[in-house]
Amino acid sequence: MGRIEIITANTAAALAAKLCRVQVISAYPITPQTPVTEELAEMVENGSLKAEYITVESEHSALASVVAASQVGARVFTATSANGLLYMHEMLHWAAGSRVPIVMACVNRGVGAPWTILNDQQDTVSQRDTGWIQIYCRNSQEALDSVIQAYRVAERIQIPIMVCYDGFILSHTSTPVDVPLQEEVDGFLPPLEDRSGIDGHTLMNVNPLILSDPRPDPEGRLMPGYMEFRHRLQQDILDSVNEIQSADEEFSKIFGRSWGASVWTYRMDDAEHAMVSMGSLASECTLAADQLRNEGVKAGVVGVRVYRPFPRVEIVESLAGLKTVTFFEKDVSYGYQGALAMDAKAAMYDSKHRPLISSYIVGLGGRDVRPDQLAQATLKCVGGETKHCWLDVRDL
Amino acid sequence: MAENSIPIRTISKPAEGEAGKTGDWRSQTPRIDHDKCSKKDSCLLCWLYCPDGVISSTFPLEIDLTYCKGCGICAEECPRKAIDMVDDK
Repeated sequence: MGRIEIITANTAAALAAKLCRVQVISAYPITPQTPVTEELAEMVENGSLKAEYITVESEHSALASVVAASQVGARVFTATSANGLLYMHEMLHWAAGSRVPIVMACVNRGVGAPWTILNDQQDTVSQRDTGWIQIYCRNSQEALDSVIQAYRVAERIQIPIMVCYDGFILSHTSTPVDVPLQEEVDGFLPPLEDRSGIDGHTLMNVNPLILSDPRPDPEGRLMPGYMEFRHRLQQDILDSVNEIQSADEEFSKIFGRSWGASVWTYRMDDAEHAMVSMGSLASECTLAADQLRNEGVKAGVVGVRVYRPFPRVEIVESLAGLKTVTFFEKDVSYGYQGALAMDAKAAMYDSKHRPLISSYIVGLGGRDVRPDQLAQATLKCVGGETKHCWLDVRDL
Repeated sequence: MAENSIPIRTISKPAEGEAGKTGDWRSQTPRIDHDKCSKKDSCLLCWLYCPDGVISSTFPLEIDLTYCKGCGICAEECPRKAIDMVDDK
């Protein structure tokens, strides 16, 4: 058992990075992530965390710095939000292609323009195709625990991970969090094994030019082409479901908390209707489910914790056969629908019993979402009225 | 991770021909007129500008056609017009 502290998700993420004994940190401050960078800088300054803190002029450089440090074998951490994450876009692809086990806290914020500093999940959802694993947290405890779990997963499979939690709703709200003891974390997360292939004495090319077809390198070894490397990334990110599962199981043995690996459920045992969502919004859906249950509607919640790799099997097992499914998400693929609903509908295409489906875009740019709104929208689908639209857009 | 014969990342020792035999890319070939290129007070601008480092710094100049991509920068830079780009075919 650790000690209970009343802290924000930002502090929880910073403490988790410290408990994981990160060796190199580089981050550029942006609301609502800023306290993560400040608290880690303070730890390095006062000597409680022995790490290099690289100050940079941009998010692109922040991620480039930790990619480089990770490539030579350091355990690294960074954090960002919104337009900062988008400024990293090129390096996100570069990090995944370089197969470096970076863990990054992504504090979800709406994307400008127009400027907003408040929460939605457009920033990280729009980066889903970069080859990173994405974890969406319900609360600050999950943010702390997920950073610790993420290092274990990332370092075993050499794929970077975003730990996403909602700006202000979690990042600036203080709640009780069980902060684990250092020796417990050390028992869960061994020191990083250097798999860089760089010895510090021999000059090496990292990420040299790769042609389309396999060909022998100058030393005569047959090197794969670009497609083979990228296919390997795809295979490994699909297989990572198992590592994520086993990390959560091992974690629960030591710390007594399990977060349900890729997908978690609430009151789904006898449910006929599901609400599906991610992050703190999914947590709020549980209140709406309680409300619907009180009204005699057999509703439950399926929370997507890991959005990439997409938990196709778990989604189908949880949803196929239900009467209705209603998606709520704080992102949109402009010109179509919410990304989570699109992915889940595609996953259910082969199912024999496909439920009626509605999908709602809610809470963009910090627009408040109340449980009764979620319950009312769900009731429409329960009554047979399917919709794919935005909730609570006001006429002026 | 499942057993896999494909390495997860690309890393290599710097070596000649790392990007393959790039001479294959060439559609035009530099031809040196060694009478125009004087050994005595030669400038070696071609050697300096060659992006692939395939021109010798000793005389008479030699170009390694295994790797020369035929970009023509040497011909463009030569102040004595001693290098012509000629069609390969």
